[in-house]
Amino acid sequence: MAPPNAHIVKSFDDDLRALRSIIGEMGGLARSGLDRSIQSLLSFDMELAERVIADDRRIDDLEMEVEAFAISIIARRAPMAQDLREVIAALKIGALIERIGDYGKNISKRVASISDSKYRGAGSGVERMGQMVSEQVDDAMRAFLDRDPYLARAVNDQDEAIDDFYESLFQTLLGEIAEDSELTAPATHYIFIIKNLERIGDHATNIAEMVHYSATGEYLEARAKGGDATGLTLPL
Amino acid sequence: MPDATVVHDEVVMADGAKMTARDVDVFYGEKQAVDKVSIDVDSHYVTAFIGPSGCGKSTFLRCFNRMNDTIDIARVGGRIELDGKDIYDPKMDVVQLRARVGMVFQKPNPFPKSIYENIAYGPRIHGLASAKADMDEIVERSLTRAGLWNEVKDRLDESGTAMSGGQQQRLCIARAIAVDPEVILMDEPCSALDPIATARIEELIDDLRGNYAIVIVTHNMQQAARVSQRTAFFHLGNLVEYGGTEAIFTNPRADRTRDYITGRFG
Ligand SMILES: Nc1ncnc2c1ncn2[C@@H]1O[C@H](COP(=O)(O)OP(=O)(O)OP(=O)(O)O)[C@@H](O)[C@H]1O
Ligand SMILES: [Mg+2]
Repeated sequence: MAPPNAHIVKSFDDDLRALRSIIGEMGGLARSGLDRSIQSLLSFDMELAERVIADDRRIDDLEMEVEAFAISIIARRAPMAQDLREVIAALKIGALIERIGDYGKNISKRVASISDSKYRGAGSGVERMGQMVSEQVDDAMRAFLDRDPYLARAVNDQDEAIDDFYESLFQTLLGEIAEDSELTAPATHYIFIIKNLERIGDHATNIAEMVHYSATGEYLEARAKGGDATGLTLPL
Repeated sequence: MPDATVVHDEVVMADGAKMTARDVDVFYGEKQAVDKVSIDVDSHYVTAFIGPSGCGKSTFLRCFNRMNDTIDIARVGGRIELDGKDIYDPKMDVVQLRARVGMVFQKPNPFPKSIYENIAYGPRIHGLASAKADMDEIVERSLTRAGLWNEVKDRLDESGTAMSGGQQQRLCIARAIAVDPEVILMDEPCSALDPIATARIEELIDDLRGNYAIVIVTHNMQQAARVSQRTAFFHLGNLVEYGGTEAIFTNPRADRTRDYITGRFG
């Protein structure tokens, strides 16, 4: 989408740019947290896992900054039309990225428990799923930064592939537990991890939906986000 | 050739509009101020006219009760109807028309007479009250509707011009409603008022909504968003876009509307 014309009041553009740049920074941090959490999991790197957990603070702080800044823009500028949509989208996207950061942190928190076990079976599936989800987050953030409704729609469309992948990994892990009850504990951790990844994918999709609304004023037709029903059959 | 007006589905009226304008042109001498404007005004809603200075809002608004007749060089073309009747019909009684389609101006303009007389004047010339008691009742009812009765009931003999700006504007609204109009036209009624007096007028507009078709011209985007349910955006004499207020302010369709309401007009 072509960038909109400049505002007559230039500092209004500065405000919107600054708001976008905080969101951009948050998105970068959340994606890096996600990538490093998977990396720490695959290599049982406790130090890296600890760093991911510690770095999540920064994302939380930025989210509060986004919230305060968005409120201030609404109060001072009374944004209308696309500007209003953009500020509201930033507010919601900030909250979504913060959740993505939390999921990455949760994955890192499981590294210690998993490294105690000799089970290594799910590694490559988790690695692949981690990549898919990370790319989704990246695409969603690029769609936001470029105000690109087409990329936003593509993110929305790709979510199904992640749900399918989750489903098959989930079935595999259930099967392994059924075969060898000693694997119950580590495989359950992996189930939570892939569930977290699946939720990150949903949040990337939610970001894409906000981007689409912000850019066009139209909602993407709602798509049922998969992966929820299977949660009920968790063997716990 | 002007771009066609973008008309949102929700403002397309199934049954009769209170007032309709069709292909209305207004010229001041050679200069065209309003260009082929068509619009329906619904009696259930407040309709806001917005647009940059000089785009023809006031000129177009004044067509609805033939106030442009008072300007020698103004020429109005096209058709405007009130309840399906052509108001520019030579047989139309203009005094009667202006009682049915009242007007409130930017600058409060009470008569230099008592508060009571400001209200009583219209009903008297239209023969709406014969007995003093009837007139007293109209005065009280009008001032009450305008949210002014409690403030002025003990000083009805004082001059209308001695009130505050906000009170004067409410007095003018009370005066407009005293003759039981069907439509009230307001041209920037709050532009001379502070935020509290403005809020009072907006609250009053909200109260009056439903009883009268109300059309308000305003430069204040927030005010249009707050008080109206329908918004029409004008530019260079054209009606660019007409739609539900919420849609206009969250998702306008025409680029010119968007640029104007977001403060991007070049
Ligand atoms: N009495 C008049 N004689 C000649 N030209 C006029 C007259 N009144 C208005 N105009 C011209 O007609 C055009 C539309 O004016 P109008 O007052 O309707 O605009 P407006 O949208 O109400 O502007 P504003 O927001 O400043 O009140 C302008 O170019 C104006 O100069
Ligand atoms: Mg005007």
